Amino acid sequence: MADVDVTQELPIPVERPLPVAAGPLAWLRANLFNSIPNTILTIAALYLLAVIIPPVVRWAVVDAVWHGETGRACRGGGACWAFVAEKGRFILFGRYPYAEHWRPLFTVVIFIAMILASRDRRLWGRRLAILWLAGLAAVGALMRGGVLGMTYVETSLWNGLPLTLILAAIGVVFAFPLAILLALGRRSRLPAVRAICVGYIELVRGVPLITVLFMASVMLPLFLPTGVTIDKLLRAQVAFILFAAAYLAEIVRGGLQAIPRGQYEAAEALGLGYWRRTRLIVLPQALAMVIPPLVNSFIGGFKNTSLVIIIGLFDFLGTANAALTDVNWQGFYIEAYVFTAAIYWTFCFFMSRYSQMLEREFNRGRRR
Amino acid sequence: MATDTAIPPRPARPPPWHDARIRGIVYQILFVAVVVAFVAFLVHNTLVNLRRQNIASGFGFLDREAAFGIGESLIAYSPADTYARAFLVGLLNTLYVSALGIVLATVLGTVMGIARLSSNWLIRKLAQVYVETFRNIPLLLQLFFWWALLREGAPAPRQAWELLPGVLVSNRGFVYPVPTADPVHHWMLLAFALGIAGAIGVSRWSKRRQALTGAQFPTGWVGAALILGLPLLVFIAAGMPLQLDWPELKGFNFVGGGAVSPEFAALLIGLTIYTGSFVAEIVRAGILAVSWGQSEAASALGLKPGQCMRLIVLPQALRVIVPPMTSEYLSLTKNSSLAVAIGYPDLVSIAGTTMNQTGQAVEGIAMIMAVYLAISLLISLFMNLYNRAVALVER
Repeated sequence: MADVDVTQELPIPVERPLPVAAGPLAWLRANLFNSIPNTILTIAALYLLAVIIPPVVRWAVVDAVWHGETGRACRGGGACWAFVAEKGRFILFGRYPYAEHWRPLFTVVIFIAMILASRDRRLWGRRLAILWLAGLAAVGALMRGGVLGMTYVETSLWNGLPLTLILAAIGVVFAFPLAILLALGRRSRLPAVRAICVGYIELVRGVPLITVLFMASVMLPLFLPTGVTIDKLLRAQVAFILFAAAYLAEIVRGGLQAIPRGQYEAAEALGLGYWRRTRLIVLPQALAMVIPPLVNSFIGGFKNTSLVIIIGLFDFLGTANAALTDVNWQGFYIEAYVFTAAIYWTFCFFMSRYSQMLEREFNRGRRR
Repeated sequence: MATDTAIPPRPARPPPWHDARIRGIVYQILFVAVVVAFVAFLVHNTLVNLRRQNIASGFGFLDREAAFGIGESLIAYSPADTYARAFLVGLLNTLYVSALGIVLATVLGTVMGIARLSSNWLIRKLAQVYVETFRNIPLLLQLFFWWALLREGAPAPRQAWELLPGVLVSNRGFVYPVPTADPVHHWMLLAFALGIAGAIGVSRWSKRRQALTGAQFPTGWVGAALILGLPLLVFIAAGMPLQLDWPELKGFNFVGGGAVSPEFAALLIGLTIYTGSFVAEIVRAGILAVSWGQSEAASALGLKPGQCMRLIVLPQALRVIVPPMTSEYLSLTKNSSLAVAIGYPDLVSIAGTTMNQTGQAVEGIAMIMAVYLAISLLISLFMNLYNRAVALVER
């Protein structure tokens, strides 16, 4: 056995460690100018920004007019925020009686509070359902009036942001149970039940929301017995519920399909019948799994409420359009749409951030 | 040994009201009966109401004269034509804007999705701002915005903005020069078709050769040269007969050239930008779903970054991308019905006019629904076929 001299020096090429890159210049090099194509892209993007940003800033801030009685105050070519200052309240609440504007304002506050409260996991479950039903009842009483000394306000005057929030929230709250039933029906062992549920879901998902709204506004009166009339807002609300139910049903079905077969079999072995098995074992797991897509679906529903202006309701976008028809304030559509878009965006952005956060958290739990 | 093997008594059949099979049948009969009764109730009410309002049902109205004008149409149409032809005009307009929107949104979304994964910080952030801005604002609001911008923000035709030489934007929409018809163009089209056929042939041949010998062939360059070069060769051989029909200002509007109405432009821009933001997220998620080890293994094998993207990452990402992309295409097509709000004559808008004129609400809505269902089924079918082509084939 030959001795091997382990201390023998091998000619290992020594590479010097790269100098530690730090500081803003190194960051620029690493993130903006790390290759020739990237450098070209960076310069092109900077040029684009240099072309776009200064005129926009000049329009929106430097040349903007902040106060004024009529549109004549805004002749300078800048943004006319005076329009928003003057018309913002109309865009938010529409033709709701001016002296009673605290009621729709309070409605909006209740909605925001409920949305924020829904983030609290301890409330998830029955308590959240009770909270939302109570909140919606309070909102209804507040908007409609006729109780506690509040004057009665008819639904055609419920305009603006409260209307958007009501349509979206009631739409989801009532569509949800219907969606669960549809999803269970689609997974049922009974072929007739399954066929009808599949037919309904695919029919509604195959057509645009506009046709469902048209149908509600034109055909619902025909469907009802002679002499029975139905409020325009209620018609739109029914259309929303029926439409949202089909989409939510597919999400719930996704959750139902993800439950391992063993869960069903174990429940059956325990002697639970169909409804008890579904209520106690299957649904709690299935629904927990699909919370992030449900939030996304709610965001979609919130954006979709803007379509009601096509059948003549004045939601938040409708009041913005109505404000533009004022002869004293004509042509300030960019200001009106930017204001409206900013509020829609705020709601949607934070809800989507929340759903992304939930998704990350849920995935982390499942990967273990 | 005699043991009495006690045969356990056959369990008595459960009474019929405990038999799961019989109960299932009873439940189904009850459920169907309730649904049928409800539908019958609606149909009965509808018939009664229609009779009371003296509205004849049926599709006979389709043969009557429509008597309303349509702003833009892909086929010849005049108010003297029938309602059926008006529907056809609307259907073609819907298909036209949806098809263009799908192509443009895919391109924009793919670029933005890849940009969101760029190593360039600025590009990454710009793409993120685009996605977060446009997908959180209702599409209808965006359509109103673009439409108002084009109708009222753009100048009158006399002061039209010139984007490129001959491409002008005014409050009457976009105008652009078009080449005047020339017999050579037909030959160029033929050469183009031949080029595509040739490129497919070359690609097949090179694949077979690579499988046999391993030798590679620059299929992409040769194919591009065939597809673009052949028509160009015909064009040059014919003496370059290029006569452009330039739009000219006559009176208060442009004459000549091609034109795009502000309604169409607003709808197309809105649909493209809105759907593009969703497509970008789908593409990004698809690329992220391909594990990093795949790219590393590819570069360890000596593939260049472009080859790695084309041969390794993209085929795997497509499996994740195609199914959600299908539903994005479907929703773009359905969203094109928002055209009714800004006055582009799509199917829903023309059906709405028809329903107002004739009172045939039931038939009108039935026709819209049938058309959209058919379009949805066709798109799903096509995308499912494509999905089968890219899906993972497991052994």
